Amino acid sequence: MAKSFSIRHQPGFTTIAAVCFVALYMPIIVLVVYAFNEAPSTSEWGGFSLKWFQSASQNAQVIDATLRSFQIAAIAATLATIAATMAALATTRTPPYPGLTFKYAMINQPLMVPEIVTGVALLIFFSRIKIFTGYSGLGYLIAAHTAFCIPFAYLPIRARLENMDLSLERAAADLYATPWQAFRRVTLPLLWPGILAGLMLAFVISLDDVVITEFVKSGGQDTLPTYMLGQIRRGITPEINAISTAFLLLSVVIVTLFFFVSRKRD
Amino acid sequence: MPEQPGKNAIEVRGVRKVFGSGEAAVAALDTVSVSIRENEFFTLLGPSGCGKTTLLRLIAGFDYPSAGEILLYGDDIALLPPFKRPVNTVFQSYALFPHMTVAQNIGFGLEMLRKPKAEVKARVAEMLKLVRMEHLASRRTSQISGGQQQRVALARALAPQPKVLLLDEPLSALDYKLRKEMQIELKRLQNQTGITFIFVTHDQEEALTMSDRIAVMSSGKILQVGSPWDIYDKPADRFVADFIGETNFLTASIAGVENGKARATLKSGATITASVADGFQPKAEATVVVRPEHAKLTKGKAELSGTVENIVYFGTDTHIHVRLDGSNDLFIVRQQNARSAGCGFEAGDKAGIAIGDDAAQVLRD
Repeated sequence: MAKSFSIRHQPGFTTIAAVCFVALYMPIIVLVVYAFNEAPSTSEWGGFSLKWFQSASQNAQVIDATLRSFQIAAIAATLATIAATMAALATTRTPPYPGLTFKYAMINQPLMVPEIVTGVALLIFFSRIKIFTGYSGLGYLIAAHTAFCIPFAYLPIRARLENMDLSLERAAADLYATPWQAFRRVTLPLLWPGILAGLMLAFVISLDDVVITEFVKSGGQDTLPTYMLGQIRRGITPEINAISTAFLLLSVVIVTLFFFVSRKRD
Repeated sequence: MPEQPGKNAIEVRGVRKVFGSGEAAVAALDTVSVSIRENEFFTLLGPSGCGKTTLLRLIAGFDYPSAGEILLYGDDIALLPPFKRPVNTVFQSYALFPHMTVAQNIGFGLEMLRKPKAEVKARVAEMLKLVRMEHLASRRTSQISGGQQQRVALARALAPQPKVLLLDEPLSALDYKLRKEMQIELKRLQNQTGITFIFVTHDQEEALTMSDRIAVMSSGKILQVGSPWDIYDKPADRFVADFIGETNFLTASIAGVENGKARATLKSGATITASVADGFQPKAEATVVVRPEHAKLTKGKAELSGTVENIVYFGTDTHIHVRLDGSNDLFIVRQQNARSAGCGFEAGDKAGIAIGDDAAQVLRD
């Protein structure tokens, strides 16, 4: 008897899938394994050790870059989430009008414009401001990160709002809630999972950024990724593997949280 | 129909609502005026797109009229935001807050009005009792059935004691049996609370059974306002006659219009006395309507005559379709059934159709 046709079982599918998974995960597995290498090499195994984690955690530059990364990510993700929440409310709590699609495109622009272009543009723009104001602090990096994090925060929040019955806010207004009370008591509690998801996504995206940060940062403003990039230029030690492994773990934890939060429906 | 004395809860005066602009402008409401009395169960009835929901939304404050006034006990509220109107709404989708319990939902309006906690608590308890939901007070709204959600929505809208309660097709999501129960429940709640109800529906039966008065709407206009009896027995125009119940349309020449009555001479030559719709302008020929149950089928000669074509049994009654002599139109007679007896006619029989003195109505168009 002939087997029934299934789109999932076609010649080559399994092979292609296997190749893709190996290409994707093998390097990461190798990287993680060598983070525990006793020998100062990323290719020759010299026994199990945690010494690279220990040395990384005592490296003043690593600590400095990590703290800076977290500081920028926390502030930028918060600002981006606030802006994205307002943008999502403005674009969903209104009857469709001509130009709305254009506004979606404007908000999501950082997803489409090549990062290198944004990086160069910000470099030129900020250097002018630096000359005028003399200010060269973290503000530039925070502003840049906020800008490109907005669409990542915006998408889950908007998705949540679009699934929310508009008549709930109407009902609140009907029951004497002012616009602010309706937002506080009805919209915000129902939107909360979306906002949290947006915040976490924005945080991870900010933490991970290299290209724009590389262009915008002033001297002594390395974030963890740009520090790692700089170290690699001087030759790789398993310390980089250890930092990468810690970074990977953190990202996995946050993305997992994001997944559970955004899946929550009540 | 002359206005009866008594206070008007809502007066809609010359209200227009236009959506879009320029070439694409559509008048959802075309200069509508209507008065709704205090303590009345008033129904806006019409097919979808007739403007009934638009009018309700204007009264609720979810939208603003392009022109005209909406008075609530004499004050123009047309431009007030919804949270400043002492008017509450029961939504078609119920719109219960999913993150609150049944009791929190019911208390929401009172809380927004900054009523003391003790008063809110007492009022919520009272409302729960009114809709018989005491045992489910602490449930989430997602954990109760559709009929129960409907009752919570009602209790929530009634709790702040609105001057007018608006109901936007609230029964349409319920199954037939539950809908019948809720119709009775709604009438009971209205009697018990004494609040003016404005009810929107496209279901003519619902409108007839529940309302004190009905406004029939079509294409953004109110065609007729009256009691269920008026609307059913004395439809003003063709749309109203056709939309509500079944009707036979006849053409007649009209003479001697006086005191709302006239003599109508049918094409068969017979002359009957008929009531005349308000706003009837004398003209040579007019449309006369006769409800199927107001005509009688006879063996002998009568006002109309024809051949029985079809007999449809409905349990409580039988519909007999008669092809009229001369005009060749179909006329339907509804006859109450008796036990163990046929309707007395068979397809192909010659029959007369008797139309009594109070059986026919002359339409204005």
